Amino acid sequence: MKSLIKKALVSVATAGLMTLSTLSSAVEKPLKVGFVYVGPVGDAGWTYGHDEGRLEMVEKLGKNIETTYVESVSEGADAERVIRKLAQQGHDLIFTTSFGYMNPTLKVAKQFPNVKFQHATGYKRGKNVGTYSARFYEGRYLTGVIAGHMTKNNVIGYVGSFPIPEVVQGINAFTLGLRSVNPDATVKVVWINSWYDPAKEREAAESLIAQGADIINQHTDSPAPVQAAQDKGVFAFGYDTDMTRFGPDAHLTGSMVHWGGFYTDTAKAVLDKQWKAEDVWGGFSAGMVEMAPYNKAIPETVVAQVEAFKTQIADGTFTIFEGPIKAQDGSIKVSEGTKLNDGDILSMNWYVEGVEGSLPN
Amino acid sequence: MDMDLITNILFAMVRTGTPLLLVALGELVCEKSGVLNLGQEGMMLMGAVIGFIAALTTGSLIFGVIMSLLVGMAMAMLFGLLAIQLRANQVATGLALTIFGAGLSAYVGTDYIGQALAGFQPMLIPLLSDIPILGKALFSQDILVYCSLGIALAIWLFFRFSRPGLMVKAIGESPDSATAVGLPVIRTRWLALLFGGAMAGLGGAYLSLAYTPLWAEGMTAGRGWIALALVVFASWKVERVLLGAWLFGLASIMHLVLQGMGASISSNLLATLPYLATIVVLVLLSSNQSRSRLLAPMSLGKPYHPAG
Repeated sequence: MKSLIKKALVSVATAGLMTLSTLSSAVEKPLKVGFVYVGPVGDAGWTYGHDEGRLEMVEKLGKNIETTYVESVSEGADAERVIRKLAQQGHDLIFTTSFGYMNPTLKVAKQFPNVKFQHATGYKRGKNVGTYSARFYEGRYLTGVIAGHMTKNNVIGYVGSFPIPEVVQGINAFTLGLRSVNPDATVKVVWINSWYDPAKEREAAESLIAQGADIINQHTDSPAPVQAAQDKGVFAFGYDTDMTRFGPDAHLTGSMVHWGGFYTDTAKAVLDKQWKAEDVWGGFSAGMVEMAPYNKAIPETVVAQVEAFKTQIADGTFTIFEGPIKAQDGSIKVSEGTKLNDGDILSMNWYVEGVEGSLPN
Repeated sequence: MDMDLITNILFAMVRTGTPLLLVALGELVCEKSGVLNLGQEGMMLMGAVIGFIAALTTGSLIFGVIMSLLVGMAMAMLFGLLAIQLRANQVATGLALTIFGAGLSAYVGTDYIGQALAGFQPMLIPLLSDIPILGKALFSQDILVYCSLGIALAIWLFFRFSRPGLMVKAIGESPDSATAVGLPVIRTRWLALLFGGAMAGLGGAYLSLAYTPLWAEGMTAGRGWIALALVVFASWKVERVLLGAWLFGLASIMHLVLQGMGASISSNLLATLPYLATIVVLVLLSSNQSRSRLLAPMSLGKPYHPAG
């Protein structure tokens, strides 16, 4: 049912795109950059963030580039068709911005060796396919530090989507930050088995609050947990974008994604013929993760401490996943002086000490 | 489990069950008249998006609710034109209505995603809300929850004691006999259908104006389908629809609460609880064919061709 609607949307968008490209072919030859989005650009979350990045790139590079995007492209067969269409229309650089576009991107890339592809959040690369993602967990560590200072009950609720490494990384980073300033605090995780179900997210947040949590963190995409926290008079952290307006008193801050710098640099690299198929996984240092505005309720000393951590994470003098780190059962999981490499972080399937409950397999 | 937690669980149970209850009550009346409308999800989404936009632009939640009722009815009218007037297949028409509603609501709501609205706030009923355990669940809710209870009672009384109620039932059982004794089949079916549409719109508005005051594409997340199953689950009885909606609410809350308590059951398994409950009852009902036939309105889903 949903794919039908998306198909309709896609065909409308592609039709628009074709007219666009015929119109502009008369002008001189700027670099043509295409974007494939999984959601609508107005989703206030994931796709919105990518489109903000595209707009920033347009602003920075001006006439040197020309962009088109296709929104609400479902991750199945549609994706391949849309990506191929963009390649056929002479796009030089194509960003495919959802995990499910991985195989379609690689398939099309083989047929168009002169086109550069960048796939977000995937792990397979090719001669002309690079990958990129953001280290969301760096921001989550900072929210943990703030939570450690702000909690009174020492119970933090965490609304999780799916128990996959990306989410587990975030829970662990958050918990490490939390317990670095407040060793007594614990984190209760509730999985809702969906990325996006506002009502369920709200139920999860409310049930956590009912069980004593006085701060709610989330790894789901809607602002419903922030709304729940606002209504119940507790604190919350948003995600993806600045969710302050959904809970002006509750919203402490949040880990936000920022793609604009990366998009600009990538397009520049292609213009300068410097582009290589690489894997980019950037955090604060790359400007790919940013913090949402801090709530006034956070004491200035805490903000200063968090900002100091941020600088240290960015310049590499502080590493989040560096031993000693204890696993949930109290045993040493990462020994002193050892830093987890990216492979370990990307396959994380264990909880650090301080997380309650067991991780579903 | 301490008392506070139980109180909170019951409170959440009623809230979670409310959108299901509203939609299921509307569908119950519709089905009693013999019309099977599977378009609930689409009507709900339209109610949610239009209610939200109306409330946001005018600043009046009540206006939002009224608009959601009207848009639900407009959607039902579309169904009626095809399924009642033109006697199209009701199942296919209903499915089309859901697809249409999902697409149209996404289109209409594009500019309103990510906007915030202060939704309906709880209204405590003095004294009653202080009753231990149950008081909070029943008497400190928002106005739409009270409405849902009032509507449930009204429908129960309607079918139990009123002549029009009997008329709807008679038409759902045998439109031909009803015609023979001079009952207006088509008009009654239209009214039942429109009522169902209004209720589905209201169910959607409950999500976007009270439960999670925001608009998000596809935010009903299948609740329209669950409401449809609830009607069968409840074997077309109002009081069972009410209990079923709350039971479903309870199951979906418990799955989250148990996780928070550290129960080591797979969350994926727990998440299926409400659906399992629905399926079990459906199986039990249909295991006895004559019984399920007695329960469902006899002419359900069949287009009515007036004789002569």
